[in-house]
Order: sequence, then C-alpha cells, then structure tokens
Amino acid sequence: MAENNRAVLKLKEKFAASIIEVVEFRGEVTVTVAKDAIIEILSFLKQSLQYNLLTDLTAVDYLGKKEERFMMVYQLYSIPNKDRLRVKTPVTEVACTIPTAIPVWKTANWLEREVFDLFGITFSGHPDLRRILMTDDWVGHPLRKDYPLQGPDREPYKGRLS
Amino acid sequence: MGVDNPLGDNVITTSLDLLVNWSRKSSIWPMTFGLACCAIEMMATGASHNDLDRFGIIFRASPRQSDCIIIAGTVTKKMLPVIMTVYEQMPEPKWVIAMGACACSGGIFDTYSVVQGIDEALPVDVYIPGCPPRPEALLFGLMKLQDKIMKERNSFGSAIGLGERYIPEAA
Repeated sequence: MAENNRAVLKLKEKFAASIIEVVEFRGEVTVTVAKDAIIEILSFLKQSLQYNLLTDLTAVDYLGKKEERFMMVYQLYSIPNKDRLRVKTPVTEVACTIPTAIPVWKTANWLEREVFDLFGITFSGHPDLRRILMTDDWVGHPLRKDYPLQGPDREPYKGRLS
Repeated sequence: MGVDNPLGDNVITTSLDLLVNWSRKSSIWPMTFGLACCAIEMMATGASHNDLDRFGIIFRASPRQSDCIIIAGTVTKKMLPVIMTVYEQMPEPKWVIAMGACACSGGIFDTYSVVQGIDEALPVDVYIPGCPPRPEALLFGLMKLQDKIMKERNSFGSAIGLGERYIPEAA
C-alpha cells in the first residue's frame, strides 16, 4: 500500500505541508507535491532515500481538463533499493517556470531541454536552455495540446477525413 | 544486307545520345543515404539475393561520385537541409528516386515535423509506392529510371554548350 511505502512515510513526516496527493495504482506509487518545495523534496529523495537514478523527466499538458495546465513528472529509481517512485508537480500556464533539477541529477539537463522545447516550460537556473529536438528557428511548442497537429500553416486536424 | 560496312567488323556507328545514355543508365551510382525502414529494403536490394551490381548500380559513399539519390524513408523537416546539401553536392547529371510512401507524400506521418513528400524540395524522377517497397519494386523503379535516361536527348551536347537538354515528359 502507498501508505507503507518507505518514501511516502518519510515524505509525510518531513514535507507534510507540501504533499498534495499520494496514489498507488497497480503497485506504482505517485506522489504529487507543490511546486515550491520540488527541489527540496527531490534532493531529499536522492540524498536520504537513495533515489539515485532519474529515469525520466517529462510533462503533461492538461489543457481544458485541469485548472493547473501542466504537470511535471519525475520518474525515479533507487538502484540500491530496487524500487521506483513517481513525483509529480503542477505548473500553471501563467507562471510557466520551475526550478531546474540539474543540481540533483545531471541527467535532468537534456530532459529539461526536451520539456522546454516541446511544452515551453522554462527551467530557472538551467545553464543551457536551448531547443533540443526541433530546429533552432522553430516557432511554438509542438506537444502543447493547442498546437496544430499538422503544423501552423495547415488547418487544425479534425479527424482522419480532414 | 545492302549496306556497306567500310569501317570493318570492329567498329559500330551509333548516335551520341544512344552511347551516352546507355553508359549512364548502365552505371547509375546512387548515394549511400538511408533515412528509415525503406533503407533496410534498399540494403536488401543491394545485397546478394537481388544484387543491384548486375545493373551497374553501385552505392557510393560520397555525393561527389554519385549521380542518383534514393530518398529511402521519412524526410523530417530537420533532415531536409541535410538532404538538400547532399543533393547540391552531387555533380550533374543527377536523378532523384522517391522510395516509399513517406518520400512520395509524407505517408502516414501527416504531422508538423514531416515533409509531405520530397518533391516539395527536389525534382523527383521516379516515385516508388509501398510501405516499404519490396526489393522487386525498387528494382522496377530503377529500371524505369533507366528507361527514362534512355529517352533523354542532347544531354551531352548541352553539357558542352551546344543547344538545350531535352528530357521527355512522364509517359
């Protein structure tokens, strides 16, 4: 159960005010936390709970589905303890920026560039925040739900017969 | 036969077009340039079972030595400048084959990042449908290119400044 997860126990003890939600689904534990405490929590997870591998860092666009448009997702793995943890934090469209996780895991550098490129979320403190997949002169962020699927110069996609 | 043969048995007479076109079509050297899964079929076509070498088709590793580029796969907008550079490095005369659905029309990738057919950027001579085309289809396409090369007129003369090159319209 999620309540007995070693990370959840420690986080509830130490960051009770910042935890928004704890969910377990099919053995996968997800902790949603507030954006202000994200780096503090990630550092704690790495330093004290040995989540030493950042498997992936990505984002989700909940345009029209949630009040806070974006959700940052950190997939963590602990090599010594062989267990995983998913940490999520909401990011609003107005304040579309979040502190960088590079001081915690260096892997975050390119992953954050990808999120910046495709979602337009900026990372404060990132040393080299450039596009990584799209060309340098690209306009817009293609994985945003309001980006036209077939490109800005085409009519919006309305199904396979459009 | 009623025709004199004053030059002996070891000499034949022909038109310059026929000789030039025959030599060109018998030594199409494509650029070694694969983009996606079509490139796997292109490699299979070049390997021993189908054996492109028997047509004089030998893949070259440099665009400077190539006279044909087979666009074998999905062309992304990020890859297009690279393809354009390679194409511009090839010496004249040069031909372009669009291999597979993606190179012909963008295929299933009707998205912001994919070029909707290489003919938006390069003059395509032969379109080969298929996803990916089998080696037989690529061979057929290359033979169609050979037929097309044989129909060219005055391509040698135009290269040395005599008249215009005439390329027939698609049949």
